[in-house]
Formats: sequence, C-alpha cells, structure tokens
Amino acid sequence: MADLGSPFRKLGHLAVDRIWRLGFAVRFLFAVLRYSGASFRRLHLTLREIYFSGVLSLLIIMVSGLFVGLVLGLQGYEILQRFGSTEALGTLVALSLTRELGPVLAAIFFASRAGSSVTAEIGLMKATEQLKAMDMMAVNPIARVVAPRFWGGVISMPFLAALFSAMGVLGGWLIGVVFIGVDDGAYWSQMQSGVDFRYDIWNGVVKSFVFGFAVSLIAVFEGYDSVPTAEGVSRAITRTVVTSVLTVLALDFVLTSFMFRGTS
Amino acid sequence: MSDDILVDIEELHFNYDGRPVLQGINMKIRRGQVVAIMGGSGCGKTTLLRCIGGQLKPTGGMVRLDRHRVCNMSHTELYDLRRKMGMLFQFGALFTDISVFDNVAFPLREHTDLSEAMIRDLVLMKLEAVGLRGAHALMPGELSGGMARRVALARAVALDPMLVMYDEPFAGLDPIALGVIGQLIRKLNDALGATSIMVTHDVHESLAIVDYIYFVSQGRIVAEGTPDEIRASEDPFVHQFVHAEVDGPVHFDYPAPSVVKEFLGGSARG
Repeated sequence: MADLGSPFRKLGHLAVDRIWRLGFAVRFLFAVLRYSGASFRRLHLTLREIYFSGVLSLLIIMVSGLFVGLVLGLQGYEILQRFGSTEALGTLVALSLTRELGPVLAAIFFASRAGSSVTAEIGLMKATEQLKAMDMMAVNPIARVVAPRFWGGVISMPFLAALFSAMGVLGGWLIGVVFIGVDDGAYWSQMQSGVDFRYDIWNGVVKSFVFGFAVSLIAVFEGYDSVPTAEGVSRAITRTVVTSVLTVLALDFVLTSFMFRGTS
Repeated sequence: MSDDILVDIEELHFNYDGRPVLQGINMKIRRGQVVAIMGGSGCGKTTLLRCIGGQLKPTGGMVRLDRHRVCNMSHTELYDLRRKMGMLFQFGALFTDISVFDNVAFPLREHTDLSEAMIRDLVLMKLEAVGLRGAHALMPGELSGGMARRVALARAVALDPMLVMYDEPFAGLDPIALGVIGQLIRKLNDALGATSIMVTHDVHESLAIVDYIYFVSQGRIVAEGTPDEIRASEDPFVHQFVHAEVDGPVHFDYPAPSVVKEFLGGSARG
C-alpha cells in the first residue's frame, strides 16, 4: 500500500512545491516593484545593468539578427518565386521579424546571454554570503542588487528586439536585392506599404517589453532563490534558460492570439 | 535591564524544520566586552548569532539589543539598528566585483552623505588599522584568506558600530594570520568602545583575547566564565573542549546504528 501511494505522494509534493514556488515568485515580484523606486533614485545602478545586459548583448543580437534575415531572404524568395511575387520579399521579411521573430528570438538570445549571467551573478553573491552581508549592513539586497538588474533587462529588451529586426531586414535586403537581384525599390516600397506602425511594429514592441519583463524576472528570481552551492547555482542557470525559453514561447502564443486576428 | 548590558537574551528557543536548535539560551553581554561563544559544529552557535542580528526570528524567548526587542522590530527599525552593528562573515563575504577600497567605502556611501574626500580618508584610516592601507586598490580575488578577513573587518567597523559580530573569524587561517586577526579584534573593540561577540572553535586564541566565554552544546549553554575560570574548570565538557580530548561528553561520531547491525543486518542503503 505504501509503495502504491508513494508515486502519488511524490507527485503531490512536487505540485505543492511548484505552487509554493510560484507564490514566492509573485511575492518576490511585488518586493522588486516595491523597492524599484530606491534603485531608480540611484540611476547609475540601473544604467550599469543596462550596459551589462543590453550593450554587451548587442553583438550576439545583431549578428544573429543578420543571419536570421539572410535565411528569411533566401527562403522567402524561394517560396514567393513559386507565386510570381518576389517583389513582396521586403514585406515578408519585415512582417516576420517585427511581429514574431524579432521579439521572440531576441528574448531567447537575451535569456541565454544576459539572463544566465544575471542568475549566475546573484546566485554566486548568495553562495558567498554577499547578499547576507549587505542585509546585515542595512542595505536591502533587493533594492541594491535585484531591482537594478531586473529593470536593466526590461529596458534593454525592446531596443535589442528592434535592433534584431532591423538587422534582419538588412540581411533580407542583402540576400534578396544585392545577391539575388530583387528590385531594390520594390523591396523597400512593398515593405513601407505592407507594414503598419501601430498594428505590426507597436505590437512587436509590446511583445518584446512583455518578454523582457518575464525573462528578467525569471533571471533575478532564479538567482535569488538558488541553492547556495556550486551545483545549486548551476541548476538555477539552467532553469533560467529553459524556463525563459518556454515562457517566451507560451507568452508569444497568448499575445499573438490577442494581437493578430486576421484583420488589419 | 541595566544600561551596562548591551545584549540581553532570555529563554531563547529556535526550531528549524521542527528540530530544536536553541533550547532556552540565557545571556547577558556587557558593553565593551569581547565575548566568545564556543561549541562543536552544529551546536547552534551561528544560529544564536543570527538571532542576535535579527536575521532569524526565534520561536520563543527574547533578544534585547541596546534595550530594543530585536524579534518584534519592523524591517525599517531592524535596518536602523543594524546601522549600529557590524558583522564579519566566516569567509569575509567581500563584494567580489569592486576593489578593497570600494568594499570598505560601501557602508559609508550607503548610509552617510559624506564627501568622497572624507570617505577616502575614513577608508584609508580603517585599512591602516588592519594593516592593509597599501592594498586598497586590489580586488578581493587578489587577496589571501587572512587579508580578505582583515578587509572584511575594516568594512565591518567602517561606521564605528556599537556591536561587532564575528562568525568563525579564525577559520582556515594560518597561525600568523590567526594571531593578527585575534589581536585586531581586541584592539579595534577597545579603540572603538564597541562590544564584540565572536563565534569560534579556536579555544587558545579566544582565551587570549576575550573577557567572557559561553560554551554551547545541543542548543544549551553548558558552561560559562572568564578565561581564567574556563582554564581552571573541571567541567567535563569544558575540559574536553579546551584540551581537545577525544573522550568526553561530546561524541565525535555522528549517531548511527551499531556496526554489527549495519553490516550484517543489511538495513542501510547506499
């Protein structure tokens, strides 16, 4: 009987543990928001994190954006050619990037590069008792360490997504116009007429802001909640990347279903 | 409570996951004293220190610090009190991404409106006190264990606290560094007019510098006294601890079933 009950008991424990952790994450978010004022009053802390999370992610974001644009250009041209509408290549590339690929892929790269680094930094500060030391010095670690890193990520994300999309559009132009020979004027004019600022670009910006919020929260929470050992921090970093990627994809589906319903 | 008593602990209890860690601790620490809390690993020494600093909330009893009840304080009140406290962590807990100078300057920059010139002078004075003025530009990763502990000590006393707490200040140090840290604790305490509480295993260094010692075992105070009283004590626990004897009331082995039962009974899994 005990053996029969054991898997259910484990499952129950797991479910309770997950729910408890989710509750802790929500309380943690409220604490971060509550102490954000203090970190904004000392703007240099947030600016420093924008530099570490945003500026130092520029290379990976721009290079990957360019390659995604190159692939989109190639694939797009190949498909559009079947329907005799290669001049719509610019619209295809721009819409794919601004609506979906820009915000989603930039958020995934951001989670891998900056999110994991934030988790590692906070986790190691916890493991080496730096956060406790700060707390004993009457300095709130959430205000001093967590909130600036959280807002650094939230603020950086929309800019990184915009740059990713811009580089992608450039990549599509490079492959379509320069190498394949699609008409330069058609590429840009079709894009201009096919992309709506509010419907396409603004919704993409909203998406990237939401993804930035989610990824940054996951990164700081996993670091703060990590088990203070080498293995614990390593697991926390893994969880940051995995949870961020899944959350971004799930949120993308939800946001897309609300934002784009086949009308323009 | 007399004005002379800085830390007053009455019937302090603390449970962790239902397991009693502290069981009715009573202590009175006078201002200006250096007090050692000693005992074997896992006896509750560090938990006691954390209850005094307000990092842990006791499950019963009371801690009064400078006539304030630590357990009932709001977050803001606790932080106000902690500005008058310094703590040296076991491995220093220096901020690894900033220099030695910035580590010591950290509490000054956070809690005062002093000019950078004034902060510079204060930081260099604190570093001079621990013999590391010349190392102010180094990063924590470039310091030895003893040096890191001294920098952490300079940071702990940066705001001239009324109470300094030391969590295993001698752990992992070579004999010279150990002696230096011990003397620094005593001298800084007297120079600042502070009170110090030290959690440690190191009997001989502690007996040389402290005014009073508490021995903790299984969450209870089992012996206390001045260094002379401790040296002369016939208490079996104190005797075993001071003379590092294998036989005595403190068991070295972790509780386990008998060897015969373990090896022949096949009850263990591993």
